[in-house]
Amino acid sequence: MDILNAVVAVLNFVVIPATAYGAQLALGALGVTLIYGILRFSNFAHGDTMAFGTAATILATWGLQALGVSLGPLPTALLALPVGIAVTALVVLATDRAVYRFYRVQKAVPIIFVMASVGVMFLMNGFTRLLIGVDEHRFADGARFIINVRDFRDMTGLSEGLAFKTTQGLSILMAIIVVWILFWFLNRTRSGKAMRAFSDNEDLALLSGIDPEKVVRMTWIIAAGLATIAGTLYGLDKAFKPFNYFQILLPIFAAAIVGGLGNPVGAIAGGFLVAFSEIAITYPWRKIAGYLFPDWQPDGLLQLLGTEYKFAVSFVILIVVLLFRPTGLFRGKSV
Amino acid sequence: MKKLLIATAVTALSAGMVSAEEIKLGTSLGFTGPLESMAPDMQKGAELAVKEISDSGKFLDGSTVSLVQGDSTCADAAAATATVERLITAEGVKGIIGGMCSGEAIASLENVAVPNGIVMISPSATSPALSTIEDNGLFFRTSPSDARQGEVMADIIMEKGIENVAVTYTNNDYGKGLAESFEAAFTEKGGTITTNSAHEDGKADYSAEVAALSAAGGDALVVAGYVDQGGSGVVRAALDTGAFDTFVFPDGMVGQALVDNFGEEIEGSFGQNPAAEGEGRDIYVKMAEEAGYDGTGAFSAESYDAAALILLGMAAAGSSDPAEYKEKIMDIANEPGEKILPGELGKALDILSEGGDIDYVGATSVEFVEPGESAGIYREVSFTGGEMEVVGYR
Repeated sequence: MDILNAVVAVLNFVVIPATAYGAQLALGALGVTLIYGILRFSNFAHGDTMAFGTAATILATWGLQALGVSLGPLPTALLALPVGIAVTALVVLATDRAVYRFYRVQKAVPIIFVMASVGVMFLMNGFTRLLIGVDEHRFADGARFIINVRDFRDMTGLSEGLAFKTTQGLSILMAIIVVWILFWFLNRTRSGKAMRAFSDNEDLALLSGIDPEKVVRMTWIIAAGLATIAGTLYGLDKAFKPFNYFQILLPIFAAAIVGGLGNPVGAIAGGFLVAFSEIAITYPWRKIAGYLFPDWQPDGLLQLLGTEYKFAVSFVILIVVLLFRPTGLFRGKSV
Repeated sequence: MKKLLIATAVTALSAGMVSAEEIKLGTSLGFTGPLESMAPDMQKGAELAVKEISDSGKFLDGSTVSLVQGDSTCADAAAATATVERLITAEGVKGIIGGMCSGEAIASLENVAVPNGIVMISPSATSPALSTIEDNGLFFRTSPSDARQGEVMADIIMEKGIENVAVTYTNNDYGKGLAESFEAAFTEKGGTITTNSAHEDGKADYSAEVAALSAAGGDALVVAGYVDQGGSGVVRAALDTGAFDTFVFPDGMVGQALVDNFGEEIEGSFGQNPAAEGEGRDIYVKMAEEAGYDGTGAFSAESYDAAALILLGMAAAGSSDPAEYKEKIMDIANEPGEKILPGELGKALDILSEGGDIDYVGATSVEFVEPGESAGIYREVSFTGGEMEVVGYR
C-alpha cells in the first residue's frame, strides 16, 4: 500500500505536472528551433509572440462566450485557437516584412537578426499589454478535472490523492497531434520538403528553384501557429499574464538548445528534459522517502533546490550542455 | 495712495491681532501602486476628520487646518521618502498621516520624520518591526501590529484542535513579519510548524510551492498572502492537487474575492482580520456615506482616527509643535476621560480647552498600547456553504 501511495504521490506532484509542462515547452521550443533551422537566428521574440497569440485567443474566447458558444467539458479557447493563430500569423508576417526582410536582403550576420528580434520582443511586449492589459486572466472553462483528488481517494482508498486536470490532459494530447502534423508536413509535403532543403543548404535549394520568400512565409506561419498553441495551452493550464511569457523564454531556449537547435526531435526531447528536471529537482522527496522507507524519518525536506530557484535549473542545464555538447543531444546546428 | 497705505496698515494690524495659525498636515499614502484601490477612501477619512476640526472654529484659538496629499506608492521606499521630505520641508506640515505600507513607512520615518522631529501616525502599516523602531516617540499607528495577529491566529487554530500547520507567506515585510510572529506564538502554545516558506507574488503556477508544502505536511495551511495575488494561486494549486483541505486566512486574504474565487471549495476553512465593531464604527460609516464615500473601505476608519489623534493631540498640548503634542497622544487615546466618538471632535476640543480629559474611541475603538499602537480587535470568520460568516470578535 505504501509503495502505491508513493507512486501516486510521484505521479500527482511530479510526473503529471512535468509531462503537461514539458508538452507546452516542447511546442514552444519547436517554434524556436524551426526559426533557427530555416531563418538561422535565435528568435528572442518567441515568448512574447506566445503571449500575443494567447491574448488574441483569449479575446476570441470572450467573444465566443458572449455569443453563448461552448465546447461542453472542453475549454472554449480551443474553438478560438484558429482565430488566435490567424491574427498572430498576420502580425508575425508583418514584423518579417517590416524588420527581418530588410536585414535578409542585406545578408546581415545572424547576431544582427538576434538583436533585431530583441527589439521586436519589446514591441510585442508592449503591444500585448495594450491589447489585453497587464493583469492575470484565467480563461479555462468547461470541466476542471478528468480525475479529481476526492474521487480518486474514494475510488482507491489510498491516502494520497491524484489529480489530472483537463488542461493537463489537453496539453499532452494537443502536443502529440501538433507534433504528428508537423512531422507529416515536413517529411511528406512538397512545401515541407522545400523547407527542409532550405534549412540543409540554402544555396542548393535556391538553385533547385525553391522560392525563398515562400519558405520564409511558411516558416513564420507555422512558428506563429506553434507559439499560439503553446501559449494558449500554458495559459489554460496555469494562468495568462503577459510577464510570465517573458520568463518562460528561458526554459524554452534551454529546451531547444539541449535538444540541438534546428532539430525538431531534439526540441521535443529538450522540452520534457527541462520540465522534468525543473520539477524533480525542486520537489521535496521526504514524503516519498517516508512511504518507501518507513523506518527512516529525515529532518530535511530532501529538496535539492528551493522552488524559488526553479529558473536556475534551466540555466544550469544550458551551461552544462553548451560546455560539453554545444550541438545539443540530438546534434543540431552548432550555436 | 493714502487710502492704500491705510488699507495695508489695517490689514497688517488685523493679521497681527489674530493668534490663530494655518496648520498643515500631510498624508503619505499609496495612491499609485499595489494598494492604490484603498488609498482614496483612506485620504477621504483623514479629510473628514480635518474638516470636522477645522470647521468647528474651536481649534487652537480658531486655527484652520488643511491637508496636503502625498503619494507614498506603497512599494517604492525611495519615492515615499522623497514625498515625506517634500511634505515636511517644502509644505511645512506639522504631522503626517502615513505611510501606508510597512517597508515604505519605516524608510520615510527613519530618514525624514525622525531627523526633522515630525509626528507620523500610520493607519495601515502593520509590520512588527515598527514596534521596536527607534522613533523618539514620534511614530504611532491606529492599526495593530501583526505580532498581535500572530497571537490571535495561533489561539484560533489551537481552539480548533489543530496542532500541525504549514505556513506560506508572501515574500515581503508584511508576509514575513506575520509569518514570524505567528510561528513564535504558535510554537509557544505547543503547536508545530512543519514548514514556513515564502512564495513570490505574480507567478503563473504555484504547484511547485504547494508540492513542497505538502511534503512537509500539516493539518492546515496558513496562507499569509494577498487574495489578489499569489495567496489565491497557492490555495488554487493546493486544492487542485489535494495537498490541503483546510486553510487559515489572515487579513490579506479575508475578503469577498476569496469567496468569489473558491466558493464551497474552502469549506471548513477560517481566518481573521482586524475590524472593530461597535458604535463608533457605525457612526463613522454613516458620516462617510453622507460625505459621499465608502467608510467600510479597508483602513479608511483608521485614517480618520489617525488625523483626529494628531489634531486632538495638538489641542491637548495647546501647540502645533510636534515635540510638544507627541507627548499627549497616548493620554487622549486612552482612559481616563470622556469617551469621544466620530463626529464629536468639537465636543472633545471643548473638554480639552477647559482642561478636562478625553478618551478618544473614534471609529476603530482606539486603545493604544506601548509604544503607541492600536491594541487590535480582530474579527474571526469561517467559511461554510460558500459564504463567509463572522464568528466573533477577539
